[in-house]
Amino acid sequence: MGSILRKVALPIFLIGVAAIMGIAWAPALLCGTVDSMRDDLGTWYKWDLRGERPTLTVGNIRQYLEGSIEGQFAPAAHVRFGHSTAVAFAYVLWPLQFRITRDVLAVVGVVGFVSLFAMFAIWWERKVAARMQSRLGPMRVGGWHGWAQSLADGLKLLQKEDIFIEGADRPLFRMAAYVAFVPALGLFIALPFSAAWIARDLDVGLIFIFAMFGVGVLGVLIAGWASNNKWSMFGAMREACQMISYEIPLGFALLVPIMTVGTLRLTTIGDLQSGGFQTWLAFRNPFLLAAALLFFIAALASCKRAPFDLPEAESELVAGFHTEYSGFRWALFFFAEYAEMFAAGALAAILFFGAWHSPLPAAWGESWRHGPLWQQALHGVVFSGPLWLIGKGIFFVYVQMWLRWTLPRIRLDQVMYACVQVMLPLAMLVLLANTFWEWLVPSRSVLGMAANAVCTAVGAVAVLAIIGISIYGFVNRRRLVGTLVVKHLPGA
Amino acid sequence: MSGEVLAFYLLAALAAGSALGCVIATNIVRMAMCLLGTLGAVALLYFLLSANFLAVIQLVVYAGGTLILIVFGIMVTSRTYGEKLKPRTSEALIGTIVVLALFAGLVAILLRAPWTPVAPTEPSNSVAQIGQELLGTYLVPFELASVLLLAVMIGAAYLAQPAKKE
Repeated sequence: MGSILRKVALPIFLIGVAAIMGIAWAPALLCGTVDSMRDDLGTWYKWDLRGERPTLTVGNIRQYLEGSIEGQFAPAAHVRFGHSTAVAFAYVLWPLQFRITRDVLAVVGVVGFVSLFAMFAIWWERKVAARMQSRLGPMRVGGWHGWAQSLADGLKLLQKEDIFIEGADRPLFRMAAYVAFVPALGLFIALPFSAAWIARDLDVGLIFIFAMFGVGVLGVLIAGWASNNKWSMFGAMREACQMISYEIPLGFALLVPIMTVGTLRLTTIGDLQSGGFQTWLAFRNPFLLAAALLFFIAALASCKRAPFDLPEAESELVAGFHTEYSGFRWALFFFAEYAEMFAAGALAAILFFGAWHSPLPAAWGESWRHGPLWQQALHGVVFSGPLWLIGKGIFFVYVQMWLRWTLPRIRLDQVMYACVQVMLPLAMLVLLANTFWEWLVPSRSVLGMAANAVCTAVGAVAVLAIIGISIYGFVNRRRLVGTLVVKHLPGA
Repeated sequence: MSGEVLAFYLLAALAAGSALGCVIATNIVRMAMCLLGTLGAVALLYFLLSANFLAVIQLVVYAGGTLILIVFGIMVTSRTYGEKLKPRTSEALIGTIVVLALFAGLVAILLRAPWTPVAPTEPSNSVAQIGQELLGTYLVPFELASVLLLAVMIGAAYLAQPAKKE
């Protein structure tokens, strides 16, 4: 049984991932279908709607699917449905026109994505750490490289006793885990996965996410306080002073792209970068590139990742603010941390690195976007779609892990020095310089185009260097890792 | 009752209840957490009114900034864990009188105010409008507020400087 499971584990894993992606894609597609039906029916019946979409009945949808209503988006003759199929489909499509159904779908999607991503990222972090230290990491659970390790850990944590220590402030102790987790989940409300894949397209989306990062700190603070434990308390206080300080350079770094694009709506910011690699905001001018770097460092500190992981420094504070937590409450802190890591990476991608667009100009794929279903799917993979944003987000999460296992933890006074005396003046300088640049140098001028070209070249070299080093590492993997690891390398 | 009205009453109850808890609680950190409930509920009320910018700024400034500073300040200064705060009788009496007077004044104003409903208008680009107004029409109060903040900051820096050696 075990050996059979081991052989089919990888296919199951891959099929599962594909199925999840399909399941995620289907509702978006169906919602789009319903919307185009509603547009069509409004014109067909000549309803006076004042720009609003009509509410459909099941009968409307059935007639539409059978082809008895004509319209711009009506199904062509060869894809019309028979009566019973049309009725069945109509019952599936009918609830999707209501906002509440879509909201429920969005909530389920976000919670599902965050949990799956956290589980994947925890396993992956352990593998990355192991590879960097010439170890193996989890190898047993599930077969192929211990891919089910997080699943097993999750089950274990669910069964564990929810321990409350004597002398803890019980209500606050219970609440702290939620106060940390809810904002981390809440920021996904305004985080666009693509122009259409967003729960609520807020006109202040960027500040909303910034606010959620800030509120999440309270959970850590309260957890440390309510534990009634010296070490937890130190962890919480470190978190607080680190977070309050790094929010300022983070805010300044965020202001730089806002100044260039002139909006806080994340979908607009993303779509301004659709014209290929050289239009990505980080490559517009040198100051935006600097702002991208500053943003990433400050975000690293906000997610309390190494080298800024002082709140949970295990060599000094046992485990910092979550020392006294066990079971699922403890897991919630980790879910929050990984959700925030992904959000920070995705935000870096949206603001600076082309959001959900591929390096190819979107104009090349315009005809595919309105083509048949398979061309639309291909457009999503090649030109712009949620896959690109998730991919970029995961890459930045990987960079965070990479830094964590490469750099030593710095001391608290060094953290504060780096923020107040290095990051803050630099961020202000970049903001000021970008102001003058936007004011004096139009993007169509020679200087503007030259700066764009140079920055694009720097970015391209960096991307190529990362790809090149990865290939070099993969080719020489036998030489670069220890003898124990060699035996278990993929393809060995 | 429409969903909007229901949401309003729920949020209003949460805000008022948390505010009450903030007054009644004897533990100072619990008070801060009740304050989080109030601030969050008020932010959600702003969201309900489509005042997105105001709501988000409420979250950034109060929940994410001020409240963290308060809790941080408590943690740095308070000596004993689980210290109970109980007002003296005279303090409680004075507080009650002030609060009752304030409440009576508010109720009097609310009853007299002419409530003329304004037709809801679609906010075109509220953030840009707020920016224009703040740095255009209301530039002087805006700058005065920043001067005040600067004065506060200088004062804090003065208070925090180490004692001079004679």
